[in-house]
Parts: sequence; structure tokens; C-alpha cells
Amino acid sequence: MAESEILLEVKNLKMHFPTGGGFLSGKKSFIYAVDGIDFVLRKGETLGLVGESGCGKSTTARAIAQLYRPTSGEVLLNGKDLTKLKDKELIAARKGMQMVFQDPYASLNPRMTAGDIIAEPMRIYNGHGILSLSTQEMDERVEQLMERVGLSRFFKNRFPHEFSGGQRQRIGIARALALRPELVLCDEPVSALDVSIQAQILNLFKDLQEEFGLTYLFIAHDLAVIEYISTRVAVMYLGTIVEMANSADLYRNPLHPYTQALLSAVPIPDPKIERQRKRIILTGDVPSPDKVRPGCPFYDRCWKRMDHCQSSKPPVKEVEPGHQVTCFLY
Amino acid sequence: MATNDDIILQVKDLRTYFNTDEGIVKAVDGVTFNLHKGETLGIVGESGSGKSVTNLSVINMIPSPPGRIAGGEILYHGKDLLKMSKHEIRQIRGNKIAMIFQDPMTSLNPFLRVSTQMVETIVLHQGLDKKAAKEKAIEMLKLAGIPAPEKRIDQYPHQFSGGMRQRVMIAMGLSCNPEILIADEPTSALDVTIQAQILELMKDLTERLGTAVILITHSLGVVAGTCDTLCVMYAGRFVESGPTDLIFESPMHPYTQGLIRSVPRLDHKSGERLSSIRGQPPNVIDLPDCCPFYPRCDKAMDICKKKYPAWKTLGNGRTVGCWLYSEDK
Repeated sequence: MAESEILLEVKNLKMHFPTGGGFLSGKKSFIYAVDGIDFVLRKGETLGLVGESGCGKSTTARAIAQLYRPTSGEVLLNGKDLTKLKDKELIAARKGMQMVFQDPYASLNPRMTAGDIIAEPMRIYNGHGILSLSTQEMDERVEQLMERVGLSRFFKNRFPHEFSGGQRQRIGIARALALRPELVLCDEPVSALDVSIQAQILNLFKDLQEEFGLTYLFIAHDLAVIEYISTRVAVMYLGTIVEMANSADLYRNPLHPYTQALLSAVPIPDPKIERQRKRIILTGDVPSPDKVRPGCPFYDRCWKRMDHCQSSKPPVKEVEPGHQVTCFLY
Repeated sequence: MATNDDIILQVKDLRTYFNTDEGIVKAVDGVTFNLHKGETLGIVGESGSGKSVTNLSVINMIPSPPGRIAGGEILYHGKDLLKMSKHEIRQIRGNKIAMIFQDPMTSLNPFLRVSTQMVETIVLHQGLDKKAAKEKAIEMLKLAGIPAPEKRIDQYPHQFSGGMRQRVMIAMGLSCNPEILIADEPTSALDVTIQAQILELMKDLTERLGTAVILITHSLGVVAGTCDTLCVMYAGRFVESGPTDLIFESPMHPYTQGLIRSVPRLDHKSGERLSSIRGQPPNVIDLPDCCPFYPRCDKAMDICKKKYPAWKTLGNGRTVGCWLYSEDK
């Protein structure tokens, strides 16, 4: 595969949220939600971001979209550092980047019709003078988008509560495509849906990517979903990327002990395979990201840990071209 | 193959309806199954298919009104649970038939220490005094893999993580040595690595104690690894049931076939397109009296729009509700 142009580059992104303490006690504590991650996203590819709850997947997406202003690091979209841009410039630069959210119930305004929801991004950019679409053009685009994502244009005047979960997610996707973005950040877009509907939406994402040449950052906790949709996969744990590789390489040859455990924990819908599988059962829970760890973030639960893992941070190592892992074993 | 003597729970033609402003919701509409001693029975289906209502009906916990059990029998060792008095059913619920729920945060009382909640159940059903009950509770927590149970038992639910809370629920559910454990989506709120821990624990404990389990889930993967028998539910009815292996090997009902094909799988080669079931699950309000799956079915025939298919037994313990397998079309 020829290397295409870099669309998004994330450099040492950190997002720390202050909690409690502070002022009088003089102590400050933080949640280290995202703690230094780097990756690049090339045009037309899908990077899957996978990890357990609380590992910082969603925070990463939000920090990229500048919904949270990152604590430090750079987010370069087409070479422009979004973290340094102010109001108007940011709005203009962000036009090429849209988000699809997890909960199709909470992410649509219940008082707006489907048509208005899909048209809203265009209206906002019209207001800022970045776009100049007439009402008729907007109407046409809304109808085209609705048909494209599999909703009848006659549903334009209906309200979100009149749609099912899968249909709502289609509205959310149409809204994200309204500005013809290059990059779509998908934050668990299928995890709230039933399996039969989930397959429909996953296929829709694939078709749209082909048709519009979209680039996705696709977040999910379901490894099978990630495998299906992604060209490359990054595995996150406690705010860091522990392993990143081409989708096929990662699933065939997982290197990091966490990735191995994660993959072995996924149930496979086939009783014969299930009965013979050896599971790596991790002990304990995901720790809270509320303190600075001098060593490997996975140390507490690792089943292959060594003494020096606790005291020093493992380096990022490129084991084979395009397959990087953050672990002392390699 | 289990014999009829081993049957501990028989559900016959269960119907649970809810009256709403828009009409009657037939959440469960004619469900029949048997549960054998020590068996793990899985019920899979999508949201709203009636999985949870089936099991709430079994332990007679349907809120009434608006709900009511409109018909059917639930025989526990031959005695109909639906005809029992409130007092009689309390002797069984939580004691002989225990239940664990999806969300361990909402099913534990946040104001009470874990010890209070566990001891209450044990004192009520086992007639132990408080001290002995607490010892029993600590022993159960230990079995459920909670470190330092002597200390943890005096903590409040919010001091436990999600996975630990589910362990507490399992310990509590099994504390009276129930014959049947009903687990309603016990791992759906948990991460995969924790899910693997909890499933392993449930399997281990119920095998050791000889408890029969009814496992409700939407995940085919979870079912494949844990259940002996599988029932597939759609719009308030079972569409197919039988031994788990056989159903996965050769699913008969078009819905089961579609469901199995639409799950992305790690062990499949990538690049294959997922097949999905078109359309959406039906609204269960005022369903017409025909096969509820026909608008989404690729093999739909004329008769599917007119009549509901009979429940057909096919040997090997398999049954299916579909016109494709019925002779009297």
C-alpha cells in the first residue's frame, strides 16, 4: 500500500483534569486521562482506538476535536496546530473534522427535527461566513444525506424520539457528513446498538468511507468491531498507547501482554472454539489514572512483569515496520 | 441427554402483557422451556425481545399494574409459582431461585453495608443467627474471589469497583445454595477482561454447587462459552431452542442465522463484509398475529404474513418456530 498524505498528526498529547484539593490545602491532584500519546493518521485510513473503560479513548477524541483544550502536546490537522488556534481560526480549521457520538439518545437535541439537526452545522458555518449556502441548497443537501445514510427524506420533520436507536445513529452520521469533512472522529458509535443493527451501521461506515474518501478515528471497546472496521489499530491502557500496528498484524501477532490478554478475553461466538480456548485471565481491575506512575502503567496487572517495569517507563519500540509496542520484553 | 426426572423448572406457554396508553405490549407471548438440574440455559435476543420480562415473570416480580401475567404456568418442582401466595413465593425467591442483575450499582442498596445486605438474606432464609450468617457471608465473598473479605464486608457498595460489585452480587445470590440462579446480563456493564473473570467465576461456582443457571444476554460470544442449551428470542417469543453446539453449527430459523452472521468475529479473516439483517426489530405494541420476523426475513412466504408458525420439535432436543420447517402450510 502506498503511503498516502498525512491528515492528522498527534504529538505527545496530554490531557490532565484537575480534581479536588487545590487552593487551601495547597495540594493539587489530577486525573491523568491521556498521558502522552503520539500517532499519525493518513488520508483514507481508519485507525481503531481500543481499550477498556477509563483508558482515555474518548478523552483522546475530544482533545483532538478541541472540545477539551489539551494540557500539552500538538494536534496537527493538515499541518495546522489546532491547540494554538483561537476562536474564529479554530472554527474554520475544524470544518474538516466532525464527530459521531456514542449515545444516539443524548447526542441529538430532542426539540429539533431530524432535518434541522442535520442542517445545523451548515447553518453555523453560514453564520460565521465560512459557508454561504442558500436555504434551498441546505435543504437539498439534507435530503441527499438522509437518503445516503438510509433514512427516507420524508422523515425530515420528525423528532428524534420518533426514531429507533439505529436510525438516530444514522441521523448523527448524516450530521457529521453535512460539512463534507475529511476526518470523522467516531466515539463508540455502535456500542449502544443491537447486533443486527450494529452490522448495518458498520457497513454504512465502510460504504461512506469508500464513497467520500473519509478518514476515521474509530473508537470502540469491542475488539471484533475494531478489527472489522480498521486498517490500523492502537491499543490504549491508562492514557497511553501500549501497542499499535496494522490491523492484521495486531490480531495475528499481538506482542504486548495487555493486548494478548485483551484478545484472549473476547468471547468468540462458536461453542467448539470457546471450549478449547486458553484464556489469560488478568487479576484485578483497571487502576484509577489519578497518580503519576514511574514505571509501566500495566505493571499492577501484568502477567509477565519484571522488576524494572515498576521503576522505569518502557520505551516505544518498532518491532517490525509499522508495528510498535511499549514494553520491556522487546 | 437429561431425562424428564431432572426437570426442576417448567415454563409453559407464558404470556406477560403490559397495558400502556398506546395499547397492549405483549412483552412475552407464549414462551415454553424446561430447565434441568445443573444445566446452564442461555436466552439470547436483542433489546426489547422480552428476555428480562420472561425471567422477572419466573420469580413473580412483574410490577402490576401495568403488567400482568396473562396466561401460562411456571412449575417449580411441579408446583405453579403463579398460584402461590406472596408468603409462599418469598420462601422460594432469593432462597431456591436467586437472581443477579445487569447493573450491580443499582441492585445493591447504596446506604447499607454489604454485610447488612448479605446477612439479611441469609438470616431470613437459612435461619442462622447474625453471627453465623456473617461468617457464611464472608465465606461466600471469599469463594467469589474478593480479597480480604473480613474487611471488605463492612464497606459500602460504592467502595467496590464494577467487577467487585458483580462478585458481591454473585456471592449474595449463591449464599443460600439456590437450585436456580437467574443471571440477567451479568457482564454487559463490564469490560472484556473483567467479563472474562466474572464468567469464569460463575461457571466455577455453579458447577461446584450444582446450581442450574438461566443466563440472559445479548452476546452470542458469552452464550457460546457458557451455555448447554440455548433459546433465541424475538419479539416476545422463542424462535429457536436446542443444544448450543447444534444451534451454532446449523442455525435453523432465519433470524438465528442472520444474528450469527451479523456478529463481527475475531477468528474470521478480515475483509469479509458483514451481513446484516435489514430493517429493525418490531414494535411489540399490538403485533399482528403472524410471524413477527417476516418483514426482515429473506425467506418469507405468503403464509408467514397470515399465521403464526407452530412450535415444531425436530429431534436432538431442537425446536423451531418457522414455517420453513412445518408441513401443514
